[in-house]
Amino acid sequence: MNAPLTDRSRPNSLWELTLARLRLFFREPGAIFWTFGFPLVLSIALGIAFRNRQPEPVHIAVESPELATRLRGEQIRVHLLDAGAARTALRTGKVELVVQPGPPIVYLFDPTRPESRLARALADAALHPRGAPATVDKPVTEPGSRYIDFLIPGLIGMTIMSSGMWGIGYVVVEMRTRKLLKRLVATPMSKAQFLWSFVIMRSLFLFLELPILLGFGKLIFDVGVAGSLPLLVAVSCAGALSFAGLGLLVASRAQNTQTVSGLINLVMLPMFVASGVFFSTARFPDAVQPYLRVLPLTALNDALRAVMIDGSGVRAIGPQILVLAAVTAASFAVALRIFRWR
Amino acid sequence: MTEAAVRCEKLVKRYGEVTAVDGLDLEVRRGECFGLLGPNGAGKTTTVEILEGLNDPTAGTVEVLGMRWTRDDKALRQRLGISLQETHLPEKLTVEENLRLFRSFYQRGREIDEVLDLVELRDKRRSWTEKLSGGQKQRLAVACALVSDPDLLFLDEPTTGLDPQSRRQLWDVVLGFKALGRTVLLTTHYMEEAERLCDRVAIIDKGKVIALGTPAELIASLGGEEVVELAAEVLPEDLSTLPGVRGARRSADGIALTVEHLHIALPAILQRVRGVTRLSTHHASLEDVFVHLTGRHLRE
Ligand SMILES: Nc1ncnc2c1ncn2[C@@H]1O[C@H](COP(=O)(O)OP(=O)(O)O)[C@@H](O)[C@H]1O
Ligand SMILES: [Mg+2]
Repeated sequence: MNAPLTDRSRPNSLWELTLARLRLFFREPGAIFWTFGFPLVLSIALGIAFRNRQPEPVHIAVESPELATRLRGEQIRVHLLDAGAARTALRTGKVELVVQPGPPIVYLFDPTRPESRLARALADAALHPRGAPATVDKPVTEPGSRYIDFLIPGLIGMTIMSSGMWGIGYVVVEMRTRKLLKRLVATPMSKAQFLWSFVIMRSLFLFLELPILLGFGKLIFDVGVAGSLPLLVAVSCAGALSFAGLGLLVASRAQNTQTVSGLINLVMLPMFVASGVFFSTARFPDAVQPYLRVLPLTALNDALRAVMIDGSGVRAIGPQILVLAAVTAASFAVALRIFRWR
Repeated sequence: MTEAAVRCEKLVKRYGEVTAVDGLDLEVRRGECFGLLGPNGAGKTTTVEILEGLNDPTAGTVEVLGMRWTRDDKALRQRLGISLQETHLPEKLTVEENLRLFRSFYQRGREIDEVLDLVELRDKRRSWTEKLSGGQKQRLAVACALVSDPDLLFLDEPTTGLDPQSRRQLWDVVLGFKALGRTVLLTTHYMEEAERLCDRVAIIDKGKVIALGTPAELIASLGGEEVVELAAEVLPEDLSTLPGVRGARRSADGIALTVEHLHIALPAILQRVRGVTRLSTHHASLEDVFVHLTGRHLRE
């Protein structure tokens, strides 16, 4: 019992700290959902809401069978009705246009309804094929140009941000309120290793978060990665590090979990809106663009999209990587200086 | 080595207007179990956390195992075992995982199995910490302090809130540790605990040491080993002059007499006092010492 023990029985502390982080995460079902489930649910919902629809045919009422034959086509549903019924159908929105036999052929429609103007154009083209324009229509639905292609990189960026902020910021403050931080610094534990365990955990998590979202995007929506996969992983890592730093920063002095939750939301909410997760930052006025560009989530999203959609290489995303590196360095430096261990 | 395990001089800690520790001198010898006994708010935790290097004193000097905080932190931390008054170990780690984590911070220490046996938690090794009872959690906290095989063990109110059986189990752990010749500094507001475990006790009140000695010495300072408490319709003033009576102290509803020889004092008391409505006797305890010194009870 009092025999001094050799190093043989000593577990490695960095490994034990990291293991503890992973165990504590995977034993918390709520945390698992918010990290992995929530982005998936969100991408399903948004993917369905903004899916590329087949063009809907227009509905046109006609009063003669002869017109009906000439109009019927892929994009036009023809309803053969008498004059009164046709008027009613137009008024109640069941059809967009009524075509009355001529001569001259008469179009009845409400010009303020875009569908009606479309129906008129389609009817016109069908009735006067010789006047067809000398252009060719080309539908744009190939991968890379759809909303879901824009959305998936944004969701990856958002997931990296929120799991970093909550997974470090909230967890550290909870340890402080439970006096666990104090208990740990009462041991010879290396503070650097303690912080590294969080960084390592976040990096390991990327190898779960990324494949889940990427695989999901590929399987369900055929969202691919145009550029290099290693580069995509590197960009995600840079993002994870900068949000690890910010998570540590918001946690460095907060004394209770309400405070840190408030701080986390304060940091994240503006970026949810302004960093191009759900819609392009280009929608904001030019005057604020320089500010948006230095937000870490903007940089991360832009870099992710450049690699995933445009297939860009390292050089093209240099400025974004620079922003992420600067945020990482600054946040860790300040956090370590002001961190409250007790 | 004759140097003290812990020595502090003129220790002061102020929080704004509040003076938590008010010029405190202590010397804990190697191999003894030293107790800080005092009511809530006396400054025990503040003192101990300063000695543990977890809090900075406003003034005063501290020496632990011949070393100083801020200068020798690394070496010191390797040799201390600490159980804070309040720590919530990770709830969703098992007993064994928690111990292994703490073990990993120390260069030398004990095997996990050995420590589990020591605190009788072997059959709980795979239980999540959140599933443990209060007493088991507390024993785990002490186990985390013992896993380094420390030279000096700090225990801040190790048994507060525990049932008598859990308390006794923890006492056995502390006595076992002491039997190895190691040093313990513990705080408590249970006088039975101080009497049972401690070689020497410092009674603390309002940030000061108001009495110091072995439990026997402190009790002997009352002048008698028995205490007679009584209430009566009329209580004469001169009871302390009766044969065998060494001291008297009025309380809210009667009087407490310190008595040397119960068989001599009791008949004399009963003869002198008319209309006794309540009478009880007990062995003098550290509680009586505290009441004698401050006029208040330890647990109020
Ligand atoms: N961080 C603090 N800030 C302000 N006052 C404190 C702080 N810690 C302790 N005190 C005060 O110091 C006094 C002693 O507290 P403490 O050392 O916890 O006593 P004990 O452990 O003996 O119950 C109490 O009055 C307490 O309110
Ligand atoms: Mg206390």
